[in-house]
Amino acid sequence: MTTIVQVTGLSKRFGRFTAVDDASFSIEENRIYGLLGRNGAGKTTIMQLLTGQDFPTEGEISVFGNRPAENAAVLQNVCFIKESQRYPDDFTAKHVFEAAPWFFPNWDSEFAARLISDFRLPLKRRIKKLSRGQTSAVGVIVGLASRAPLTFFDEPYLGLDAVARQTFYDRLLEDYAEHPRTVVLSTHLIDEVANLLEHVIVIDDGKIIIDSDADALRGSATTVAGLASAVDGFVAGREVLHRETIGGFASVTVGPLDAAARASAAEQGLELSPVSLQQLIVRTTTGSESEWEDKS
Amino acid sequence: MDEGRPIFVQIAEQIENDVISGALPEETQVPSTNEFAAFLRINPATAAKGVNLLVDEGILYKKRGIGMFVAEGAKARVVAKRREKFQTEYVRPLVEEAAKLGISQSQLTEMIRKEDSE
Repeated sequence: MTTIVQVTGLSKRFGRFTAVDDASFSIEENRIYGLLGRNGAGKTTIMQLLTGQDFPTEGEISVFGNRPAENAAVLQNVCFIKESQRYPDDFTAKHVFEAAPWFFPNWDSEFAARLISDFRLPLKRRIKKLSRGQTSAVGVIVGLASRAPLTFFDEPYLGLDAVARQTFYDRLLEDYAEHPRTVVLSTHLIDEVANLLEHVIVIDDGKIIIDSDADALRGSATTVAGLASAVDGFVAGREVLHRETIGGFASVTVGPLDAAARASAAEQGLELSPVSLQQLIVRTTTGSESEWEDKS
Repeated sequence: MDEGRPIFVQIAEQIENDVISGALPEETQVPSTNEFAAFLRINPATAAKGVNLLVDEGILYKKRGIGMFVAEGAKARVVAKRREKFQTEYVRPLVEEAAKLGISQSQLTEMIRKEDSE
């Protein structure tokens, strides 16, 4: 396994506001990563720092062994598709796809043409006049057809309908299988992409709170529901991620349970249910600050 | 896909089911991990993990340069493995639920007989 991105003690402050707070993580070659978190958690700032569009306040970033900022050798291997990419006023989609090969040495124009027809993108209309979803499709096509060794998609599909999003996932998987590369996908639609991800990084309030293989995260949390007194007895001494009560009933999300714990829960008449990646992230990123400090 | 369990384990189970049902007879080629990934819309590395699990158990084997095949004796091996788990995964919860509902052992036996004869 080759590490292509190494981030150590990375912080970014804007005045008094800390957008990224002492983050350390690495990205391995040819995997699909999910960079997940709430709005304003620091996802976009991290991607901007990794792609050399901003300078860190503290810490070290190495991409393909070098600092990314103002480094053409690094940046020609990186493609960053932003949530709201702006294009020159008189640009049509055709202009974008004709200019793309100048920046991306691996650009595949046949693949781009196929994607254009998949997304039914009008080429000759000015981008300003395209719908929100069609503008997003332009970015998605650039991100896929550029086949950059390191590709970032930051909320790439504002306004894309469910059919177009599925097309994006399918084309991404197909093309990734044939041309392995590293993809970092940042999104709110966690349930939709959960099965595509090999590794998940969750950021909350500028801090990395989960950095784990997606498979290890599945089954890493369970919801225990039943009579509050029985539930409380059962979860005592366990790490509680989330807690809800209704009258005398409680529903508590806890960490992994072994077979013995599951059997004992069943004997006490407690209901166990799995927690999806999306629920897990919702539950781990809604806590108060002090809860976070306890855990780290 | 079931949320609580690792996807690669579920892939392996699906392939095992096809081996038991005869949909994948012994000595036939199974789809490639990329085909599994595209069809099930999952990460190819996850699909590969599921397939490798079955290679480790001797249910699939790799023909160099060609692909994955169902091993000889794979069906018997899967059935033996599933039988071991049958007691804990099926019989125990059945008996526990029956006890909870006040269904006696003889009533339970009768129910099983009825299901079987249908």
